[in-house]
Amino acid sequence: MRRNYRLLILLFPIIFWLICFFLLPLISILIYSFLERGTYGGVQWHFTLQNYQRLFDGIYIGILWRSVSSAFVCTAICLLIGYPFAYYLARYRPKWRNVLLLLVVIPFWTNFLIRTYAWILILRTEGLLNSFLAMLIPHFQPLELLNTQFAVQIGLVYGYLPFMILPLYAALEQLDLSLIEAAKDLGASSRRAFWYVTVPLSLPGILAGSMLVFIPTVGAFLTPDLLGGGKVSYIGNVIERQFKTARDAPFGSALSFMLMGIVLVGTVLYFRALVGSESEKVS
Amino acid sequence: MKRFLEINILFVFLFLYVPILAIVVFSFNSGEHISVWEGFTFKWYPKLFENEDVWRACRNSLIVAGLSTVIATIIGTAAALAIEKYRFRFRITLVRALYLPIIIPDIVLAIALLTFYAQLRIPLGLASVIIAHVVFNIAYVTIVVRARLQGYDSTIEEAALDLGATEWQTFWRITLPLIAPGIIGGALLAFTLSIDDFVITFFTAGVGYTTLSVHIYSLLKFGITPELNVISTMLLMNSIVFILLFLRFRGQNVNSP
Repeated sequence: MRRNYRLLILLFPIIFWLICFFLLPLISILIYSFLERGTYGGVQWHFTLQNYQRLFDGIYIGILWRSVSSAFVCTAICLLIGYPFAYYLARYRPKWRNVLLLLVVIPFWTNFLIRTYAWILILRTEGLLNSFLAMLIPHFQPLELLNTQFAVQIGLVYGYLPFMILPLYAALEQLDLSLIEAAKDLGASSRRAFWYVTVPLSLPGILAGSMLVFIPTVGAFLTPDLLGGGKVSYIGNVIERQFKTARDAPFGSALSFMLMGIVLVGTVLYFRALVGSESEKVS
Repeated sequence: MKRFLEINILFVFLFLYVPILAIVVFSFNSGEHISVWEGFTFKWYPKLFENEDVWRACRNSLIVAGLSTVIATIIGTAAALAIEKYRFRFRITLVRALYLPIIIPDIVLAIALLTFYAQLRIPLGLASVIIAHVVFNIAYVTIVVRARLQGYDSTIEEAALDLGATEWQTFWRITLPLIAPGIIGGALLAFTLSIDDFVITFFTAGVGYTTLSVHIYSLLKFGITPELNVISTMLLMNSIVFILLFLRFRGQNVNSP
């Protein structure tokens, strides 16, 4: 009896907080997403499905496609740069390895706004990249790089690359090198050993890294807002506009649920794949 | 092959650091223009210290981060103890549910809280921001403290009890000191996340309750000044100090997961 009493004291605060300030707010926007928009920005208590129907308008499908495809591209680029990086780092002299790893982690702990601002400094018309190119090339016409999809994509890769490198490194560092030697002894070429031994064994790291990059990029708000300058909208920006300027909370809520749906599907797929890769290792 | 890997390493470090270093360098630029070099100066630094808005924003950030960290650390540590020391019915559900505030896009959590506050007529101020920050911070603290609890030898506690210590003494003298690095690590993580957060703060803070992140955002949106380079440099230094503290208190190398 005393035991139960103690457990209750330990658990009550977190359950209270999660129900009151996480679950109930989500339920409130779930309800909103089925209501009609009021004339002056509020809601009218009439049940409707039109907010969800509106998601299938061409313009929103386009924005949805942009967010999802951009998140995929970002994940792929991070993997492409991050994998060889983590691979090399995992085999580096242990003494310097931690220093190099620390250098990856520092940007990761730096304010996201500042990291995004750095790219404004570089990409703007009178920015560093254009000044640099102007020094090299005579009669150089400055490029309009800021407020483009390209700028947003760079900003996203920059923001989330460490999220890819760290789990990849964790997976590759634990990898048993004798397995690769065994493959080579049995006649496999280096390339074959890499694709058939190293990659499958580092699959949990690949999956975790991809997940950590994909989820925040698909819901990105700040990067497209700052580097896209209102010209390149992602779902996150459309949601923001519904609440800040358009005053259409019901539609914004429906968009939020669509975004959460994408994220949850991604998470479920991740766990499925993870279980799959684990069972492969055992067999 | 080795050559390719080396070039890639160099490329990644250039990619990660050139932008940050550009900011640091330009914080010493004497010109009014943020990205055209005109000469070395130190003048923006003392100017920043005279800026009332920045101070107020800093103070708000520290209040929000400090209070939300304290609340989240207490609640999260309690939850981690419950999850690791007890078996109860909804344990697995709770463990899974704790990941939700982390994976949910922050814009969704932000607008959900905004709507919820509006419905309950909770005024937007600093308290509304602190409540929101606790939501994502408890998840991180619980996960970090749990990791620490999983890694330690619970037979020491049994030994203490066998030797006649009361449960309360065992908790204060054995359990707490043993998991302290996890608690401090979790608190530092929560503090950093809270200081850095923009999206959730932006939606849940009332007018006049600007935090440093929101202040930086409005500078970025409505007029970038040389001051921004200075603020950024200071924050960068700050995060380096914090990360070193975090690693120290976790009592481990960076490479152990």
